[in-house]
Amino acid sequence: MRFAEIFTAGLLALLSIYLMWKSAELDIGYIKGEGPGGGAWPFWLSGLMLICTGFIAFNWVKRVSPPSRSDQPFLDSYSLRMVLLVGGGLFGFIALTGIISMYGAMVIFLLYYLKFLGRHSWSLTLVLSVGIPIIFFIFFEALMRITLPKGLNFTEPFYNYLNTLIY
Amino acid sequence: MEILANLSDGIWLSLQPINLILILIGVTLGLFIGAMPGLGSVNGVAILLPITFLVPPSSAIIFLAAIYYGAMYGGAISSITLGIPGASTAVATTFDGRPLALKGRASLALVTAALASFIGGSISVVLFTGFAPLLASVALSFGPPEIFALMLLAFATFVGLGGDDIPKTVFSICLGLVFAAVGFDEISGEPRLVFFGITGFLHGINFLVLAIGVYGIGEMLWTIETTRGKITSTEAKMSFKGIIADSKEGMKRGWRQTLIGSGIGFFVGILPAAGATPGSLMSYSVAKMTAKNPKEYGQGHPGGIAAPEAANNAASTGSMLPMLTLGIPGSPTTAILLGGMVIWGLTPGPRMFTDQPEFVWGLIGSFYVSNVFALVVNLAFIPLFIWMLRMPFTVLAPLIFVLSVVGGYAATRDMHDVWLMLVFGLGAMALRKLDYPLAPAVLAIVLGPIAEPTLRQSLLLSSGDPAIFLNRPIAGPITLVAIVLILMPLVKFLRDKLRGNRAGTAT
Repeated sequence: MRFAEIFTAGLLALLSIYLMWKSAELDIGYIKGEGPGGGAWPFWLSGLMLICTGFIAFNWVKRVSPPSRSDQPFLDSYSLRMVLLVGGGLFGFIALTGIISMYGAMVIFLLYYLKFLGRHSWSLTLVLSVGIPIIFFIFFEALMRITLPKGLNFTEPFYNYLNTLIY
Repeated sequence: MEILANLSDGIWLSLQPINLILILIGVTLGLFIGAMPGLGSVNGVAILLPITFLVPPSSAIIFLAAIYYGAMYGGAISSITLGIPGASTAVATTFDGRPLALKGRASLALVTAALASFIGGSISVVLFTGFAPLLASVALSFGPPEIFALMLLAFATFVGLGGDDIPKTVFSICLGLVFAAVGFDEISGEPRLVFFGITGFLHGINFLVLAIGVYGIGEMLWTIETTRGKITSTEAKMSFKGIIADSKEGMKRGWRQTLIGSGIGFFVGILPAAGATPGSLMSYSVAKMTAKNPKEYGQGHPGGIAAPEAANNAASTGSMLPMLTLGIPGSPTTAILLGGMVIWGLTPGPRMFTDQPEFVWGLIGSFYVSNVFALVVNLAFIPLFIWMLRMPFTVLAPLIFVLSVVGGYAATRDMHDVWLMLVFGLGAMALRKLDYPLAPAVLAIVLGPIAEPTLRQSLLLSSGDPAIFLNRPIAGPITLVAIVLILMPLVKFLRDKLRGNRAGTAT
């Protein structure tokens, strides 16, 4: 945890410098008759962020903040595994949206989470993985008229059929 | 007396069968739309506006106002049960609502939210009826310096009273403000902070992307990681007796905050460009600031729910005031309502009170009626929301993830934002582990689009002299309070140090 604290502070300092540099693409000073330039607001705020990371580092050296005193690992093997499994599942969900539509990806994600991570019974898993996307479909497509991504072309006949049901 | 006669006519009009049915459907729909992360009153009103062309304008606006009201009640539900704000107006409700739900007191939180909403709404409707013209003229004198001073105060309360690590809090605020600046510079029209030339950044970072990333994904990952997957969701039971007991407890511990929220919410709601979100956040801060024991806030104090919930309902009524009397919308939702009224052939403005009295008073009357219905519908659905909480965590978690992804997409209809949300979620989990407070960042990204232009306009007014925030009669005192709040931790630090030294020499 102690290492993670200073590592993160360093990373955030770099982020602040990047944001300052990026803001400086626009005018960061005061333009007469126009007020502060377009880059001024984010530039000086990023500067303040950089100063904050300095204070965080100072507190780290002095061991003032709780994370800078802790010997606990930032992520132990269990946590790392959980974060990778859940985060990876989410990554897969979002990535699959572009291919098999958001509803399709939802089915796969729910199957993965409920059965593989949650170890629930097949009946519960199937009811939820199929039922939830249907509820979402009715709410978004039929009631709210918001269309969610439909993926690649091959899903088109399927959704065309569903659309004939709701329109 | 004329007002009372008009008002009773208005209430009578809104009790007509067709209007009554529309109110009932409106508040119920609004409740669900508000509870859905990613959808708020703006989305509901915008999406359902076209449908209202089927009914006469006076019924149509009653329907839309009922959705607006319902959504204000509904936003609290996901804030409390899931820990994800259902709409930006309910961000402050998560601060205490979520901890209460985790303690197994979700029903207390929900009942308090419903009652505070009802009282906030009712008080503001009475204020609306009685003091409309007077308040509108005061709020109209607010210029950019006053509004910026208010924003400064909102951030200062986080620094002075947040109780978190100060550099980390300031960092969080600034990060949120910088994220709010992504997209286009409104004044020069130049693209700004378009990271790595990715075009998705051109439309800016919607606050919901950050809010859902932090509260939906980050919070869930953090919970899964720290609890080692062993938690079953909160045990909460619900009965009629329980509701009565919770109402008593919620009001006993939250009546003062409800009154604070109602007053602040209504007044902030009237300000153009402010609305329910800053209103609820400020009410929360003020409630905390004036509390006997501010430490209880954030741990699950009913007052921390009552203040923002009373405020967002009061503000939604308040924001109707400039819309009806002056034709200036007080919030994004009323901006859409205003658009609708123009389509219906009505011209909002001072003349409407004399030219279209049935329309105006019918709408005002419907506020009273909608409020009662929203309370009843909300209380009736609480057992359903509690039931959602009793699901095993491995069922609830994927549901929240799915809701987050869909909500993130529905907010902007751009997959770029869904990816960004995942990045924010992972980042938020790491920062959360290191005690970085993230609520300030979410607040900042919401207020950033108000704070930056008002700062720039103010400085333009004063040709670059920052004293403009101090030497104006309304902005000055607000700025001073903000500065005192920012300096408070420093004073405290020095005092502790002094005491520590004395203690050191004594031993």
